Amino acid sequence: MATDKSVYSVCGMCSVRCPILVEKRDGEAAWIQGNPHSALKGGLCARGAAGIALEKDPERPATPLIRVGARGEGKWREASWDEALDYVADKLKAITAEHGNRSVLWSDRGGPFVDLHQAFMRGIGSPNYCNHDASCARNVQHAAQSVLGMGRKMVSYDFRNAKHIILQTRNILEAINVAECNAVMDALGKGCKLSVIDIRANVSASKADNFFMVRPGTDYAFNLAVINELVTKKLYQAAYVEKYVGGMEELTAFIAPYTAAWAAEETGIPAERIVAFAQELAEAAPNVIWHPGWMVARYNDSFNVCRTAYIINALLGSVGVKGGLPLVNTPKDVGKKGLTKLVDLFPKPEEKRADGVGWKHPQFDGGPGLVNLAYDAIATGDPYPIKAYLCFRHDPLMAMPDPEAQKKKWENLDLLVSITFSWSDTAWHSDVVLPMSTYLSRESILASKSGPKPQFFVRHRAMQPTLNTKADWEILCGLAARLAGSHPGMERLAFKSIEEIWDYQLQNTGLTMQDFAAKGFVELVEAPVVREVESFPTPSGKLEMDSGKWGKAGIDTLKPYVSPAKPQQGMFRIAFGRVGVHTQGHTVNNPLLHEQMPENVAWINTSRAEELGIADGDLVEVLSGGKPAGTMRAFVTECIHPEALFMVHGFGHKLPVESRAIGKGVADQELMAGGLEVWDRSGGGLSLQEHFVAIRKA
Amino acid sequence: MSNYRLKLDKNRCIHCKACEVHCKSKNNTPIGIKLGVHTSSLPVMKDGKPFMKASYQCCYHCEDPACVDVCPTEAMKRRESDGIVYVIQDECIGCEACIEACPWHIPTFNKETNTVLKCDFCMDRVDAGLKPACVTACTTHALSFTEK
Repeated sequence: MATDKSVYSVCGMCSVRCPILVEKRDGEAAWIQGNPHSALKGGLCARGAAGIALEKDPERPATPLIRVGARGEGKWREASWDEALDYVADKLKAITAEHGNRSVLWSDRGGPFVDLHQAFMRGIGSPNYCNHDASCARNVQHAAQSVLGMGRKMVSYDFRNAKHIILQTRNILEAINVAECNAVMDALGKGCKLSVIDIRANVSASKADNFFMVRPGTDYAFNLAVINELVTKKLYQAAYVEKYVGGMEELTAFIAPYTAAWAAEETGIPAERIVAFAQELAEAAPNVIWHPGWMVARYNDSFNVCRTAYIINALLGSVGVKGGLPLVNTPKDVGKKGLTKLVDLFPKPEEKRADGVGWKHPQFDGGPGLVNLAYDAIATGDPYPIKAYLCFRHDPLMAMPDPEAQKKKWENLDLLVSITFSWSDTAWHSDVVLPMSTYLSRESILASKSGPKPQFFVRHRAMQPTLNTKADWEILCGLAARLAGSHPGMERLAFKSIEEIWDYQLQNTGLTMQDFAAKGFVELVEAPVVREVESFPTPSGKLEMDSGKWGKAGIDTLKPYVSPAKPQQGMFRIAFGRVGVHTQGHTVNNPLLHEQMPENVAWINTSRAEELGIADGDLVEVLSGGKPAGTMRAFVTECIHPEALFMVHGFGHKLPVESRAIGKGVADQELMAGGLEVWDRSGGGLSLQEHFVAIRKA
Repeated sequence: MSNYRLKLDKNRCIHCKACEVHCKSKNNTPIGIKLGVHTSSLPVMKDGKPFMKASYQCCYHCEDPACVDVCPTEAMKRRESDGIVYVIQDECIGCEACIEACPWHIPTFNKETNTVLKCDFCMDRVDAGLKPACVTACTTHALSFTEK
């Protein structure tokens, strides 16, 4: 094989950011595998495998574009990079001069590289940095903070040493993190049990020892009954609970009515199965991982579902323990200096956030905010007007419910910019599209990963861009240079090369880029460190069954159960999820991934399909609010609960620039009329599965 | 048969289709042509439990391959050293006789080049001491490639 030198880099197809090795030929990326030095040992999912097809696909924004028609009309003029960056910078100068620096809003998809984005927003002087998490993991993040006193990522999952893994709102084998999948499969190979609680039999469920197909919206009931069993039968780890758990009396009183027999009525799972399951958990304790969830923007009580998952882990003594949920280590925890942060170039803005996080909602984590609430500030000017919105690699019109309502809320914006490597509904609706190079043709800032073995890692450029695109740092540093006059200090972020940024980040670490050459990452400690827990950073120092912080904000964290609404006659609760070959909306037009799965299908329970005269493979029309919202094929199956209609998220594209994806399947977010206003007040997440649809044979 | 054995551990397979996409990416095969085919389906309920079948099939690399026998230009070859059956693209005239002769019709006609394509176990990788792309990069290492 005549190959050039291979490049260690980081995948960018989904939000996991797996370490990769890119084989090059004639200066171009020729094949990608998982980084063989990492836990992936060469493995990489289908999406990662299709990265070169993304780079070579001309159906993505090819050059900077400035809107000339109405928003969303698709009329553009092509611009040079200088012109486009001047245009955005001039607009930002005018908007901030008139409405103040706080009038600028940002949203992205989170992840390890956001330091650069946050620095840019601080340089502008706006507190309104947000990410997508209101439509993803906010509820579990806040649940972690309410029980553990720290964020969800401050504990890891030691799957390899676990004896029982429970998946609830975490379809681990389809929403693929390659390292996690391998760890879970290794554990199952060694005899670890797997239990899956879901409304649908997914790939993870096909590997399970116990599969509980619960009635949609009753996960909280299921968990309360498990807690009832663990507490009333004293199946919990008594010594651990004595030492680390606070609020047992309150918990014991609270769960008294929620027996297995009661939960059987709610969930549809026979009481004896719940009783036996609790017994199995006790036998495996403390080597149990009840996964608290990832994409949990689902129900009005999802925060409490996640909380009870943490509570069960606490009762089983698995928090902070090998084979359970050990605490992760930051560089500091292993006696090393972290990367110097780009945000430290600027002082923290003193303004209150437009979304109310930190002041109107004091219990919520200030970091990424709640972007949907910031949209209200655009519409109403309360607490102050937001006039410019920059979307970075984020497609809220597909990620958040009710795109038409979002567009309406955005009408008062003077500037809407998309920085994106693929077309998206949001890019199409923007005033300016700044096309970003794919992850194969851009570098990223250095990032750190906390874990049992904390590390720093780097994304290298594996080839030059195929189209007229730029790296994220080139775009933001280019804007920073143009804003230096109007925003004093911004010149500090106007780096001229990625090497300058890397040197800045490494300045206190004693490392150089040469240290990354051998493996693409640098581990800060030789062997995993399991840190002994002394106390938890909650108000009480213990794992809080009843949260002090949330209590102070007037929120009941031992919240009485409310039975979910049953769909009316002929209706279904809309449910959505993931599949291994696609990642949200942006892979649906990828040639190789489109070939694997060109459209989504509607999962309908056999009994319901019979009632409606629908056969497997029939074309069905989905109706939202009584109006037709699209057609798709039916998958008639026993593998879904009769109350739910399931589809894979990310389909139903309408953009003429995406020839493969256009007109394929149905977009679930369009079936959630009024969905921006339906969210879990305790956890902050949107409640995307609190909506009902009808179907009829097309 | 060749000296090699390509095997799927069904217990470890997560139906992610990475094997197919890695093969396509590495061999640059056109849309519609797969040299390795992962057969999977949406789940079915079996005795109250969800079940998914899985298999991965590519060329069998027969001991006495019919495709090689019928090839009029000797573009289809079996390598004596290890039994890998492969097509020399420059010598293939696209007559499709090999596709007809193969009991499983495994070779595939590529309309873009008017030649036949088939799995050659990523010979270039094997010769470099590596495993086929589908095996090296299988997400959960459910595929294995061993010498018999």
